[in-house]
Amino acid sequence: MSNTKYTYAVARIRALEVSLFSNAFIEQLLSLQTAEQVLQAVVEKGWGDVSAPEDAEAVLTREEEKTWEVIRDVAPDMSVFDVLSYPRMYHNLKAAVKAACTRSHTPDIFYEDCPVSGEEMVKIIEARDFAKLPGKMGRTAQEAADILLHTGDGQLCDICVDRAALEAVLEAGRSSGEPIMEDYAETTVAIADIKIAVRSQKTGKTADFMRTAMAECRSLNVDQLIRAALVGAEEIAGYLEGTSYAGGADALRESPSAFERWCDNRMIETMKSYKYETFSVGPLLGYLIARENEIKTVRIILTGKQNGFSEDAIRERIREMYV
Amino acid sequence: MSELGMVYALLGAAVAVLLSGTGSAIGVGIAGQAAAGVVTEDPGKFAKVLIVQLLPGTQGLYGLLIGFITLSKIGVLGGGLADLSVQTGLLILAACLPIGVVGLLSAIAQGKTAAASIGIIAKKPDQFGKAMLFPAMVETYAILALLISFLSVNGIQV
Repeated sequence: MSNTKYTYAVARIRALEVSLFSNAFIEQLLSLQTAEQVLQAVVEKGWGDVSAPEDAEAVLTREEEKTWEVIRDVAPDMSVFDVLSYPRMYHNLKAAVKAACTRSHTPDIFYEDCPVSGEEMVKIIEARDFAKLPGKMGRTAQEAADILLHTGDGQLCDICVDRAALEAVLEAGRSSGEPIMEDYAETTVAIADIKIAVRSQKTGKTADFMRTAMAECRSLNVDQLIRAALVGAEEIAGYLEGTSYAGGADALRESPSAFERWCDNRMIETMKSYKYETFSVGPLLGYLIARENEIKTVRIILTGKQNGFSEDAIRERIREMYV
Repeated sequence: MSELGMVYALLGAAVAVLLSGTGSAIGVGIAGQAAAGVVTEDPGKFAKVLIVQLLPGTQGLYGLLIGFITLSKIGVLGGGLADLSVQTGLLILAACLPIGVVGLLSAIAQGKTAAASIGIIAKKPDQFGKAMLFPAMVETYAILALLISFLSVNGIQV
């Protein structure tokens, strides 16, 4: 009966999905005049439960914590979610390499809730005891530290770690044995590669730079993507049209913000295909991504209202909702 | 009187009760996990999810019914054991098989469908009627097996 181990968790998530924001509620938030009204509307929906409901950042941070509390509570096996912690772990690694190599101390640069804390990473890198880092992180840390010490090129050090993070996500997804985790990892890496191509094209980066930054994945041909990026944005769009990321081509032609929105929507689209499963981890991961998406959307609306953006300008950046 | 005939007949009753009862226990267990998940978040849906959770329990009752009829037929319940040949004993065992096997498999399948239907109730409680229908469809095949086992056990001359 091992294939029914997610039955309880999925049923609980189904009950919780009811409280996710619908597109209609997001429209309602958009029509409000000020950021304060938006914040009040989400607090009335049960968001925050913090001592200072007027502090938008505290409300949003609390919501992120609540999502993970739910997942930790219902998931029979948290190791499946390791793939989601890699971006944070590798961010910490990036910050730790720089802190160790420059011998500087900057507060609040590390994510909490990671298997190895940022401070611990700094100590390991300073002592060059890389084997103490989990998995392939040790090798990445050594490589990144050597690059930074020898060349002093912070960007090269960053892309080396970022690429290792993408490869770790891909490997964790493939070895999880869960189709949704594999799809999640594949989509994450493919979207990251497309973003690298688009940004490199805009900033005129070389093919070698892109090859160092991009991770190989099954749904994209990295060499073709690099060749397209070297020619122009239209070529990237043309290449994407022939892949399963064709929607990105239209978004790319529309505007940079439409492209960023498409990147998030594409992930939600991948998650939606697993939404109705009853005995897999799919709905749990879908809920997690949906909540992150929802919090990001509310943050966009709040920031837009605070900076006096028009309703249409904010709407262009609004992500598609999961429910 | 052949003792072996009686053994086969009792084995038939045991198969009917054991297999369908096991299936129901697993089915109700699967649906129960889903029901508990929904009630954790929304205790107001307790009554609705309880009804759906119980649907895979009927196979166990069907097995019990065939078990009772068999025991009554061979005289275990009424006193005075019937004189059963090996052939008659095997016939009774064969008659009990449909509800045993179909009861086991259909109850597990129904439990999974019930768990999925509990997901409907969690999200759209007003669709309770439709949610009930999906696991009820699986019931059809348990009823067909019950019918054949019932007619067969009744038709065997002891």
